[in-house]
Amino acid sequence: MKLPVLATALALILTGPAHAQDRLLNVSYDIARELFEALNPAFAAQYEADTGRSLTIDMSHGGSSRQARAILEGLPADLVTFNQETDIDVLAESGLLPEDWRDAFPNGASPYYSLPAFLVREGNPKGIEDWDDLAREDVAPVFPNPKTSGNARYTYLAAYAYALAQNDGDEAAAQEFVRSIFAGVPVFDTGGRASTQTFAERGIGDVLVTFEAETGQIAAQYEAEGFERVTPSMSLFAAFPVAVVAENAEDNGTTDLATAYLDWLYTPEAQRMLAERDYRVTDETVAAEFADAQAPVELVTVDEVFGGWDAVAEEHLASGGILDQVFVNR
Amino acid sequence: MSAPDMIAPGSAATGHGRPARTMGARALIGLAVILTLLIVVAPLVYIFARAFSEGWQVYASNILDPAMLHAIWLTSLVAVIVVPLNIAFGIAAAWAVAKHRFPGRGVLVTMIEIPFSISPIIAGICYLLLYGRQGLLGPWLGEVDLQVMFALPGIVLVTMFVTAPFVAREVLPLMQAQGTAQEEAAVTLGASGWQVFRRVTLPNIRFALLYGAVLCTARAVGEFGGVSVVSGNIRGQTNTLPLHVELLFNDLNAVGAFAAASTLTVIALVALILKAVLEGRRG
Repeated sequence: MKLPVLATALALILTGPAHAQDRLLNVSYDIARELFEALNPAFAAQYEADTGRSLTIDMSHGGSSRQARAILEGLPADLVTFNQETDIDVLAESGLLPEDWRDAFPNGASPYYSLPAFLVREGNPKGIEDWDDLAREDVAPVFPNPKTSGNARYTYLAAYAYALAQNDGDEAAAQEFVRSIFAGVPVFDTGGRASTQTFAERGIGDVLVTFEAETGQIAAQYEAEGFERVTPSMSLFAAFPVAVVAENAEDNGTTDLATAYLDWLYTPEAQRMLAERDYRVTDETVAAEFADAQAPVELVTVDEVFGGWDAVAEEHLASGGILDQVFVNR
Repeated sequence: MSAPDMIAPGSAATGHGRPARTMGARALIGLAVILTLLIVVAPLVYIFARAFSEGWQVYASNILDPAMLHAIWLTSLVAVIVVPLNIAFGIAAAWAVAKHRFPGRGVLVTMIEIPFSISPIIAGICYLLLYGRQGLLGPWLGEVDLQVMFALPGIVLVTMFVTAPFVAREVLPLMQAQGTAQEEAAVTLGASGWQVFRRVTLPNIRFALLYGAVLCTARAVGEFGGVSVVSGNIRGQTNTLPLHVELLFNDLNAVGAFAAASTLTVIALVALILKAVLEGRRG
C-alpha cells in the first residue's frame, strides 16, 4: 500500500515546521478562549520585540479537572491557567510541578480573580441586592448543581460564608440559610452554561448566580433581555491560578519562557485586558481605573472561612457531608 | 451515529397503480413524514439558518478562521489516513472469513464487530490507559520521545478503532453469498492469486466496498467521543471539526459553532448522496 506511506509523510509535514520557532502550550479552562486570544498576541509581540524570535502560543481549553487529567496522561502542557486550585494540586501530587506552586507567583499564583455575583432580570423587579434576598420565598435563584459544577460550588460556599458572617459563625444557622436558598432553585443543571440557558433562554428564575467575570459577557450576549449585574456585599475569592508545569517545561526547554509569560500576566498591560473582560485584577493602578464597573465587595477566601479546599472536600462535599444535608430538593 | 444511517430506505411513495390507500395507511405515512421533518429535516435546516443568521460575511470569517481551517484540514487528514487503512483491513478480514475455513473464524467475526457495540469513549479511555504517560506503554513512549496521545497518531488510532467494522461488515455478507465457486473456476483456468482477487473478487464486491468506504468516511469525519479523550483539544493542532463545534458552542460563539456544524453537515450530505447513488447501483 502506498497510502500509509503517504499518510506518514503527511504526518511528518504536519509536525515538521513546529521546531522552527518558539512554542508554548497553555492548557486552560473552558471559557477562557477569547481572553487568551486577546492576551497571547500582545505577549508574542512584546517577546518578538525583545528577543527577535517569533512565538506561537497554542491553547487547549476544556473543563479544568479534565485538562489536569489529560496533562497527567501526557498532554505536553508547558503551563496551565486554570480556574480551580485543586486541579493544580492534582498535578503537584503527581510530581509534575512543585507542591509550593502557589508561592511561585504573586497573589497565590492568581494573576486575576473573580467572585460569585448576580445577574437579575431587567429593572431588578424582585429588588435583589444581596445573599439574603436569594433565601426569600418569592425569589427563585438559578445556578448549576454543586455536585457537578465547580462554579456552583463557589456559589454554595459564598452563600455559606455570608451566612456564617451574619450569624457570628453559627454553623446551624448557616446551613439553614443555604438550605432555604437551595429550596428555591427550580432546576439544577449540570454546568454553568446550561444554567445560563435556563435563565436567559427558558426564562426560568429571578437571579442567575455565576462568576462576576461571566455576568458581563452573558448580559452582552442577551442584550435585548436587559439583564442587570448585581454585586453582593460579600463574596468568595475565586482564584484563577497559574503554574509552570515544571517537568514538561524542562523537557521542552521552555521553563524561562513559560515563567516570563505568566509574569507578564501581572503587568499593567495584561491586567488592563483582564479587567476589560470583567475579571478583578491585582495591579492597584489598573483596579482603580475600573473601580466604577467593579463594585466594591468584601471578599473572603476558602482558607480563611473553611480552612482550605481539603477541609471543604471532607466536611462539605464528601458524600453525606454538609452539602448533602442542605441539598434537599434535587 | 452518522447521518447517512438516519434516512429511512424506501420512504418515497411508490404507490402507482395500486389500490387506493386506506385511512390507516395515510395516517401512518403522514406521521412518518411529520416525524422525519421534526427529527431530521428541521434541525438540519436550522443549522444552516443559524450559521447564516448574521450574514455571509460573519459566516465566511468564521469558516476562514485559522483554527477552523485547521480543524477542517485535520479532520480530512484523519479520514484520508483512516479510510484506506480500513478498506485494506475490511477486505482482508472479509476475505479471510468468507473464503476460508479456519479455527476461530466465528471469534474473528465477533471481534470485528466489537467497535459497533462499544461506546467510542471507552475506546478513547482504553487507548489513553495503554499509551498515556501513566499507561502501560507510556514510559517507553516517553523514552523514545514519541507523542502518541494528544497528537495525530492517537486521533488516528481511535478513529480507526471506531470505524473498523464498516467496510468489513458491508463486504462480508456479499462475499459469503457469492461463495467461492467463481474464484475456484478462475484458479482452474490458471489465474494467479492476485489475478483472482483483481479480476474476480474485487469487481464482485466493488459497490459494497464503496458503500462501506462512504459509511466509514462519514463516521470518521463525525467521530467525537473517542477522539475527545485523546485529542487534548489543542486549537490549531489537535482539534478536529466535531471537537471544534463543541468548543465554539461552549464559547457562546453560536454562529461559529453552527458554521462548523454546517461544514460537517455538508460532508455528511455528500456522503449521503454518494450512498444513495451506490445503493441504486448495488441494488
